Amino acid sequence: MTDLTPLALLSNGASLPWGEVPSFPVHELVDVLAADLERGGRLCSFFGVPADSGTELVAVVAFDADSLLAIGRSQPFQGAFPSLTPRHPQAHLFEREIAEQCGVTPEGHPWLKPVRRTEERAPFNAPFFRVEGGEVHEVAVGPVHAGIIEPGHFRFQCAGEDVISLEIALGYQHRGIERALLGGPHRATLIQVEAIAGDASIAHTTAYATLLESLAGTEAPLRAQWLRAVALELERLANHTGDIGALANDVAFLPTSAACGKIRGDFLNLTAMLCGNRFGRSLVVPGGCRRDVDDATLTSMAERLRKALADTAEAVAWFWAASSVRGRFERTGIVSTAQASDIGMVGPAARASGLVRDVRFDHPAGWHRFAQLPVAVWPDGDVFGRARVRSLDLQRSGAYLEDQLQSPVDSELRTELSALRPERLAVSLVESWRGEVCHVALTDHQGRFAAYKITDASFHNWFGLALAMRGTAISDFPICNKSFSLSYCGADL
Amino acid sequence: MKAPKTSYVIDSLRHRLVTGCQTMAYPKGPPPSLPERHGGALKLDVTKCAEGCSACLPVCPTEAITLGEGGSVSLDLGRCVFCAACVEACPTGAVSFTRDHRMAARRREDLVLGPGDQTELRLADALDAKLRKLFGRSLKLRQVSAGGCAACEADTNVLGTIGWDLDRFGVQFVASPRHADGLLITGPVTRAMELALKKTYDAVPDPKIVIATGACAIAGGPFVGHPEVLGGAAALLPVDLFIPGCPPHPLTILDGLLRLLDRLEERSKEK
Repeated sequence: MTDLTPLALLSNGASLPWGEVPSFPVHELVDVLAADLERGGRLCSFFGVPADSGTELVAVVAFDADSLLAIGRSQPFQGAFPSLTPRHPQAHLFEREIAEQCGVTPEGHPWLKPVRRTEERAPFNAPFFRVEGGEVHEVAVGPVHAGIIEPGHFRFQCAGEDVISLEIALGYQHRGIERALLGGPHRATLIQVEAIAGDASIAHTTAYATLLESLAGTEAPLRAQWLRAVALELERLANHTGDIGALANDVAFLPTSAACGKIRGDFLNLTAMLCGNRFGRSLVVPGGCRRDVDDATLTSMAERLRKALADTAEAVAWFWAASSVRGRFERTGIVSTAQASDIGMVGPAARASGLVRDVRFDHPAGWHRFAQLPVAVWPDGDVFGRARVRSLDLQRSGAYLEDQLQSPVDSELRTELSALRPERLAVSLVESWRGEVCHVALTDHQGRFAAYKITDASFHNWFGLALAMRGTAISDFPICNKSFSLSYCGADL
Repeated sequence: MKAPKTSYVIDSLRHRLVTGCQTMAYPKGPPPSLPERHGGALKLDVTKCAEGCSACLPVCPTEAITLGEGGSVSLDLGRCVFCAACVEACPTGAVSFTRDHRMAARRREDLVLGPGDQTELRLADALDAKLRKLFGRSLKLRQVSAGGCAACEADTNVLGTIGWDLDRFGVQFVASPRHADGLLITGPVTRAMELALKKTYDAVPDPKIVIATGACAIAGGPFVGHPEVLGGAAALLPVDLFIPGCPPHPLTILDGLLRLLDRLEERSKEK
């Protein structure tokens, strides 16, 4: 596949000089991207970089089967460019973002509106998609929700109980992370990256640190890469366990809900054994990791991990044995394989729709070059499938961690980074528990960030939730939402 | 899928019998221990500062450390994300961890160490008698995330799990501001949430309280100074309790809530 693309090829975590990124007139770039996506490529990132005479678009396409990333850019232009979205819907949100950030227009985009622009103390979201008809009613939910969760607005068009269409409008969590990164790295950059999505701190800081190491022309010592891989799986275990508990709670299956709520804390506390913080703050730093862990702690971690995994297996088994749970999950909120592929879904949600997509497997970088995990896939694309993939992920991830804790690698923990090389582009993908996070950085002539693009898994997957709700009863929204468990702050940045 | 050998009904009941009650003894018993590498609160002893030393200033990512008049250092635990960079940078041990989980304060200035020989933060007093009478045994809170990264939200949610069981204190998170006695706010308060937060606050019946949880909600946290955020809940609303941390440990949040409601054993002993 990749021998056909005119784009520059790169492996995950690598960088290349900006001058070597092939440049096309913008309409040609769009055609090249369309052809690459036709060939099985997947759009990881698509954004605009300000140039002297307008905007240059930059695209990163993943060829998963070849473990390669393809990079291309447009020549600077102003005004309009032909939208890729009508041919490849996975570009839809990227193009809305480009229009908002760069003031250029993707012509032919079917639903061009802002992504996260704030006006009058709220996101500029109106008008919403509307279905007309005497029997149709509209339900508006949010931004402030009933539970302890982040804000977002959901606008349902319903006929009776059934949802005809759901529009998801975000932007409430926008706190200017990408803008603040320009000219960086700054003093606060690392803690801001930790807080892109606070439940996926390890994934985002690993992506960020890998970028910086690549731009500095080095890599983190193996011990640090190993420690990052350990922390990444702990993050996955905690979140998957918590979400399975929350799914159980949403169908009133309390034994699993009560047990998982507690076990989730056990996994968070394992992360705290590494760095003191339950969310992995201050662990991953550019150049390596900040704190090492001794053998006695590793032994103690392994014991506690074994106990927590056994507890999880027990609580999850009750859940799968209950026909009342299966009855609610099966054939609820379906996203077909074709839909998931068309809109570029990633992570457990994509795998639950039958797509083999996992950065740890497809684009191994860091420690995943040496120690791999199998990819958990399920064919049906319903809530059951998404829960099932989460529980399969839990098993594989647990087994992987047990192995890793028994065979730590010895090396330095941290290496000093030299100055970032100027005018280079670097790409880093990491499989967070939600799916792929993609960081792309471009340095200026002084080695500072001229552009920094962050794409959380949620950015790809929010539209999947909207599709899952079509034809689904609105009363099933909570379990559909929880089965995706997407990040608002990760999308809003 | 293979059916399990016994039914989940019997399995889960047996599990309950074997494990017993999983709710911690605290506050009647000792608090659960913080993770070994969790430093707890910070203290600052300016008398230990070396002459003219300002090694901690440039390493602080949120500029929580500043130089006051006469060159003396001050540390604002409201801004602090507890990354420990200052502790590592300090050559004399003037700034150090206390390992104490208790951090909640009633007034913003009580979190500022350094000036006026304040080496440690001043812990929160309880609500006044009238509010304590109203809320002491039943406090319903509406949580609003206003730019939070989901970590403060997650460790607030933890208080509802069986290990912590916040309900036993009569404290609950409710689904509507109309049912609430106050707000627990997380996040730096984005401009995009300003209207929604104000409307939610207005919808809570009087008298009401506001709790700012986490470095973001106190002062903006990692996003301090960004034009996209207001820089904490106090920029919009009167705040009755500040709970520092990034995110605060669940024990720190629980301590803050119980302290406010005068429900801690240690307080009754002190009186």
